[in-house]
Amino acid sequence: MEALILTIIATSIPLLLAATGELIAEKSGILNLGVEGMMLSGAVGALGAVLWLENPYYGIIAGALSGVLMASIFSVFTINFMTNQVATGLGLTIFATGLTGLAGAPLVGKTIPSLPKIEIFLLSDIPLIGSILFKQDFVAYLSIAIIIFISFFLKYSKSGIILRAVGDDHQSAHSVGYPVKKIRWYATCFGGMCAGIGGAYIPLVLTPHWSEGMTAGRGWIALALVVFASWIPWRIIVGALIFGGITIAQLVGQARGWPIPSQLLSMMPYIATIIALTMISGRLSKNNSVVPSSLGKPFFGGQ
Amino acid sequence: MIKFCIRIFSLIALSISVLFFVISSAFAGSPTKVGFVYLTTPGDHGWTYAHELGKQMVEKRFGKDVKVSVVENVPEGPDATRVIRELAKQGNEIIFTTSFGYMEPTLKVAKEFPNVKFEHITGYKRSKNVATGNIRFYEGRYIQGVVAGLMTKTNKIGYIGAYPIAEVIMGINAFAQGLKSVNKDASISVIWANTWYDPVKEADAAKVHIAEGADVLAQHTDSPAMLQIAEKNGAMGFGQSTDMSAFAPKAQLFASINNWGPYYIKKIEELRNGKWNTGDGPNHWPGNVWGGIKSDMLVISKFQNMPANVAQKAQEALDGIKSGKINIFAGPLIDNTGKEIIPAGKALDDGALWGMNYYLQGVNGKVPG
Repeated sequence: MEALILTIIATSIPLLLAATGELIAEKSGILNLGVEGMMLSGAVGALGAVLWLENPYYGIIAGALSGVLMASIFSVFTINFMTNQVATGLGLTIFATGLTGLAGAPLVGKTIPSLPKIEIFLLSDIPLIGSILFKQDFVAYLSIAIIIFISFFLKYSKSGIILRAVGDDHQSAHSVGYPVKKIRWYATCFGGMCAGIGGAYIPLVLTPHWSEGMTAGRGWIALALVVFASWIPWRIIVGALIFGGITIAQLVGQARGWPIPSQLLSMMPYIATIIALTMISGRLSKNNSVVPSSLGKPFFGGQ
Repeated sequence: MIKFCIRIFSLIALSISVLFFVISSAFAGSPTKVGFVYLTTPGDHGWTYAHELGKQMVEKRFGKDVKVSVVENVPEGPDATRVIRELAKQGNEIIFTTSFGYMEPTLKVAKEFPNVKFEHITGYKRSKNVATGNIRFYEGRYIQGVVAGLMTKTNKIGYIGAYPIAEVIMGINAFAQGLKSVNKDASISVIWANTWYDPVKEADAAKVHIAEGADVLAQHTDSPAMLQIAEKNGAMGFGQSTDMSAFAPKAQLFASINNWGPYYIKKIEELRNGKWNTGDGPNHWPGNVWGGIKSDMLVISKFQNMPANVAQKAQEALDGIKSGKINIFAGPLIDNTGKEIIPAGKALDDGALWGMNYYLQGVNGKVPG
């Protein structure tokens, strides 16, 4: 049972990180559909760095930087050149898929050391809970720290409120004198950093090798998670664990021969997303504070 | 004036290129143009990589006499139709479509290009210009079963399948036959990944198998993820399609290696001699290839990480299959609900293998769908 819970947590972490990053970007009004691409570049960057420097921790940094690099490309186009965000995001994913395939070609067939588990003194000795909560790798702790940080950041800090203002009404924010473009740049790059670390987690912990397109659609699930969490950070943890839990439950069900068709269980995360979407759009008519109002709209002012 | 110049220029360019084309096709001894469609990229280090190695053998063997075009990362479905059609349009004379899901797209395009030859890999439908090629993967699975049965301590074997199609099911059943021949107490649990290639999902499935107590794992998916998980958790497993010992030096017991090169070379040679054919008759397709260990299309890598007596048993199974002494699906065969499939003294023929939609004794659960 313990091993299964650990597997669920490990599966959830890349989703958790990527979704958190995307949440910040979306809160600032930027819809970046390139999460999958940023995760891929994070994965390939991390793997390359670990092979080169032989220390898995450099993989985290390299993953973050690769993600930021991809996010900057996206920002240049959508924020400075005011291109359509949906098309640019899709383009970024396609571009990154090709680029990482090319960059990753020399990495094929090589394996790397995994991120070590960090045991927290005494706490990790508590039965069951200890090994689940206090015997994780650095990225797992980091992702929880990021979630706690952005929850407070968005709700209580001045910068967080400005960020939300930019996402809700960029014209007003601009007229009050906030640098809309700069704030969106930061938010998008933060999103890229998180997606990059999330992608890096895949070769660093889940499957320590490079294979093309190895994120296999997790970036898209992360996008759905943001909606599922209705732009509230802590709900991403719940959502990611549900997605991860269903993924693993479906495998366990098969191994144990549960009489539920595996295809049905595979559908569950997506059905949950659709239900969440429907509920949110239903609530929108009454209370439109859930979705950032300027989400996906290019900002033309302030040249 | 500029417009005029552009027109003249393009006219000249056009006529030169036409001239070139005519000259090149008249003189060059025209290399045979060969097309390949890959499901993923050689970077998968599994299925597609094995095809890539086969393609390299073709290039080595024919040199300048062939011109090979490859399209990678082609999803099974409408996209495949488009890619295959494009390859046919470009003048490829023979096109190898290397995944099961290209079956309908290949047949569709073949109808539009009756003069182009198509080789569909692992399909079962043929037409006048579509032949099929496949490897008897299940022969390797039998040996895997023998080794797994002798190596397991928990008597639980974890198997990761891609899709519940006959090709994969016959592999599971062959594995079960090998397992049963040495260990009557062990049983196989199957997890369907519902994908050929998703390293993270394959890794998750492997973790679940191990958490459920399996200590020997087998896979019918494409990436080395399962073996890496086995390596990390002290379990054992088998390499798929290519030798994966680099990923799991302590965990790989052996690998069943797909060797497509000789088949490609044979079919291209036939085409060049004007002897390419698809044969006739349902299960006797001389033009259609289904080779195994005997014809070297399936190669068994070195037996490793196992005691000498297990390696010896494995070698015996390998020799038995090669010599024909072992018939994997010889009766009496009983499925896992107790129903008799075939009585003693008889054996399943190739046609029956392609109709498998049941598990034999030793496999838990039932085939989905």
